Order: sequence, then structure tokens, then C-alpha cells
Amino acid sequence: MILRIENLTKTFRSRGRRWLGPQTSFTALNDVSLSIGKGESFGLVGESGSGKTTLTRCILGLERITSGRIVFDGTDLTTLPAAEMRRMRARIQIVFQDPYASLNPRMLVHDIIAEPMEIHQDTLGLGARQRSDRVIELLELVGLGAQHLYRYPHEFSGGQRQRIGIARALAVNPEFLILDEPTSALDVSVQAQVLNLLHDLQQKLGLTYLFISHDLGVIRYICDRIALIYRGDIVEEGGVDDIFERPSSDYARMLLAAMPEPDPAKSPFNTEAAG
Amino acid sequence: MAFLDIRDLHLAMRTFEGEAHVLNGINLSVERGEIWGLVGETGCGKSLTGLSISRLVPSPPGRYLRGEIRFAGQDLLATPEDGMRRLRGGHIGMIFQDPTTNLNPAFRIGEQMVDVALHADAVDPAILGLAPGASRRQRRVEARRLAIAMLDKVGVPDAARRIDDYPHQFSGGMRQRVLIAMALIGKPELLIADEPTTALDVSVQAQILRLIHSLVLEYQLAVLLITHNLGVVAQLCTHVAVMYAGNIIESGPVRPVFRNPTHPYTRALMKAVPHATHRRGELQGLPGSVPNLFTPPPGCRLAPRCPVAQPRCAERVPPTIAVSPGHDVACVLATPAGSAAA
Repeated sequence: MILRIENLTKTFRSRGRRWLGPQTSFTALNDVSLSIGKGESFGLVGESGSGKTTLTRCILGLERITSGRIVFDGTDLTTLPAAEMRRMRARIQIVFQDPYASLNPRMLVHDIIAEPMEIHQDTLGLGARQRSDRVIELLELVGLGAQHLYRYPHEFSGGQRQRIGIARALAVNPEFLILDEPTSALDVSVQAQVLNLLHDLQQKLGLTYLFISHDLGVIRYICDRIALIYRGDIVEEGGVDDIFERPSSDYARMLLAAMPEPDPAKSPFNTEAAG
Repeated sequence: MAFLDIRDLHLAMRTFEGEAHVLNGINLSVERGEIWGLVGETGCGKSLTGLSISRLVPSPPGRYLRGEIRFAGQDLLATPEDGMRRLRGGHIGMIFQDPTTNLNPAFRIGEQMVDVALHADAVDPAILGLAPGASRRQRRVEARRLAIAMLDKVGVPDAARRIDDYPHQFSGGMRQRVLIAMALIGKPELLIADEPTTALDVSVQAQILRLIHSLVLEYQLAVLLITHNLGVVAQLCTHVAVMYAGNIIESGPVRPVFRNPTHPYTRALMKAVPHATHRRGELQGLPGSVPNLFTPPPGCRLAPRCPVAQPRCAERVPPTIAVSPGHDVACVLATPAGSAAA
């Protein structure tokens, strides 16, 4: 197991307190336990507000947890001093949902991809020249090339931007990649290319993925095991085919029923009549 | 003539880099009771087609080069602006993608809905059903009653109380219901819905689709549903039109088009949707991207990306032919209905 989450609870307290009133709190994650094996694609499925993003923020150490443990490769991240947590982040990287918002519009592609290598200079020990060579190597790895080095993000399409985001995440040689809805802002034809790229990269580099999505078709395609999260609780966990073929929770059945399949014969409405 | 009839519509947009031909001969006929899905990649002209019908494309930079849009027999491109104002929110209702940015955060939703109802009533007094001499106060009271009835109709629980809430007090799905209720106040005959469920969770999406379906049955609405989700089209729509780079390249009743997609672009789109039978790494995308519309490729605009392109594809725009009754395809490789199968 490369990542083990044990009984993780995260409660947010409301900032303002009414005069003499009780302080309200909200439990975003409630006693969550998960294990992700090395080299595995683990899917986390849930609707908006279910706690998916809070969980990733806890793993990255961007959120103080209320109780529980997050063990990455034998190290408990929740007790790690800040400096060591920073070093640990070279091993855990993230690709964000919106490729239009997650790349700095005023930075060149070269600088965007080189920045994590500068931040983790102490771990990687790369000089400026070596960093530039590595940027080209990374661009080629994600299907772009040296001709794209000195351009700005606005010159790229959504799919190309997401490739840049992936190259940036891979810059520091991570073992574990969190993919937070990496294709939800893309067209299906482009989504297919990015999903295949992620699959190839996993084969080539032996990466472990935590793949977050609400698109069950995508999850089924890319993941080995999945967990369904609903209002901070894990309601079902298992192999991807098991859950799709034999869902055991009501929530899983509801989600599967709500997924619109691209087959008119399976429509819940009688759409044949008109015309 | 169809209820909504778009014939050979050409739209150009003037930009600093030149004039882009964004709609290149759109033909579309929609009858009442039909739900048309308009699908295609980003930038193919789906939204501009929808905006053209409600004449919301600013001009300049937009310029209609040719064609006509007839709505219930009326030529919309020749209708003056005040005539369009009477149609919008009355005969033509619209809902847009993001329910957050389409409600004013500073006003209670009741006030926003009453505004719409009063405007609709000014155009068609039958909306509120008051005598011509009714006072402003009477009109407001009646408009509010109508707004509550519409919220109730679209499934907002406890509508009489929620009407005095602000937009931020509603969830995404509820806000989209509020927008649908608002679009229905003017009793539209045509509803243009531009990605109405893209920002929503699948369970909420399923509820909104059910709602649109029931409204079509009840009011015999004609619906133009703009989306890039083929699943949504397969579930809800009676007809589908697939757009690529400003053209409709395949259209027809939803079942024949989904069962027998004929244009290489439609096939590519359908192959790109992950399905239970796909093994990992086998999903096929369509290489390349949507062409530059300043200097579009000659002939078929898909030709540079098309896996089965031939030299003749670049010669001229392929004519649209019927491969089966109502199922039209614009590809030189399509076989017309009635001819022997190749």
C-alpha cells in the first residue's frame, strides 16, 4: 500500500460566532478509511459537496485534519513538520480540473513546467540548464514539443493546456498523482486523448493515480478500484467491475441509474413518438 | 413550413484578425413537440445558432451574410429590435449554462421573476389575465402569484416561501429550476436551452431532463437543446443535429442517427465516449483540432482530420443527402436512400 488513510475526519468550524450563540460546525469527512496500492488507479466518485476536494487537500497537507492518519509509503503525513511535508510533495503531485484557470497566463510554458523543479531544487538538484532539458523531455512525454517552449497558455487549446498541466505535475518525478476531474472541462474527443495519455504515462512511469471524477464512464475506463463518497462518508468501495455490475448501496444504484447512456433505446422517456 | 425553420444561414464575425465564417449554411426545421439536440465540439457554432434564433448575436461584429430564420412564419432576421423584444421571454424562452451568473445576486428571485412576468404581460395581457385598467399594484400581486405557480411547477419545494430568498440560498440544481421557471412565465412555444445541465451533478441532471420532458408533453414546446453530452441527447431528444465548424453535418431522428451514425465525424464523437466495453488505452479520440475559421479548409471542413478523407473531399462542400427518411448526412461517402448498399 502506498497510501493508507485511516479514520480521517475533517470538521470545519464556522468562522463567525454569533453573540453568545453556539459555534456551528460542518463535518466534511467522516471517519474515512481508504487504501491505495502502488501502481493502481483508484477512482473517487462523488457529487459536488461530497468531500472529494477536501480529501485531496488533506492528503497534500493543505488542510489540517481533525483526527485520523494519512500514511504515505510508511510516513504519517499528519505529524510531519512543514519543511518535510514540503519535501514530501515532490512525491505527491496534482493535476487540476480547469486547464484555463490553473496555468498562470503571464508565464511561458517553459517557466510553468520548470517552476516545481526550482521549488524542489534541494531534492532534485538540477541546474538551470538541466531543468530546461528536462522541460523539453516532459513536453515530448505528454505529446507536445520543443516548439511550444516559449509560448503563453492562451496560445493553446484546452487539451494542450491540460497536457501542460500534466507535464508540470510530472516535473519533479512524483510517484503519486492526484487527478482532480482532469477531463471535465474538455470535449469528448480531446478527453479520449488525455485519458489515453494518462494510461500510457502510468504504464511508462509506474505511477499511482487517485482519480477524482463524477463521470462514471470515465471512471470505469481508467480505474481499477473505486470508492463512492456521499456527504463525507465512503458508502461503497470495491473493484470497478464489481461496483458497476453489482452495486450494493442505494447510492451506487442511484448514480448508475442517473448516468445518461448514449443509447436512445435505454432512454427513460418515450422519445420515439414525435417527428 | 416548419414551426422554426432555418434556411442556409451564414454568419460572419469581424475580428482584428479578419472575418471568420462561424456559421456556414445552417439548415434546421423544428416542429412543436420535438426536442432537438445540437451537438459538437467547442467552437463549432452550437451556441451561435441558438443565439441567432433569439437574435442575441451583437452586430457588429456579427453579420448575417445570407439565409433566413422563420419562427411561426415570421422572418426573424428582418424583425426590428422592438419586435424581437416582444418575442424574447414571450414566444421564445431561453436558459443558459451557468445558473449562477444568470441570476442577479443582489435581488430576491421573486423580484427578478416579477420583472419577467410584468414584461411578458406588457407584450401579451393574457399572461396575467387582468383587465386593461388594472392598477400597478394589482399587476404586481398577480405577477407574484404567477411566479410562485411557476416555481411550484418546476419542482421548487415550498415555493411561496422560497420566492423571497436570494439566489445564493439555492443549490445549483434549484437555481437552474428557477431559470427554467423564469423562461416559462411568458408561455413560450420555443425553448432554447444552452447546456442547461453541464454544471450540475448527474442526479440533478436527471431531474432537470425529466422536468424538460414533462414540460414538452404538457405545452407542446419545441426545444433546441445545445449540449456536448451525447448521453443527454440519447436520453431526452427526439432529433439530433451534429455540428462541425459551422455546418450541420448529420441530422435526423435520434434513433437512426445513433444506431447508424454515417458521417465520419459523428462516428468519431460516438467512439470517443468511454463505454463499458472499452479496454483501457483503446478509446479513440479524433486527432487534430477544429479548423481555423478565418481560412477554413476548402470543400469539407473535416477533411484534414478525417480518417477516410479522399482527394475529392477538398474540392467542394459535400451536398447533404438523405441516407434514410429524415436522416441527412453531408459526406461524399454517404449512400443515398434507395440506392443499392455499397
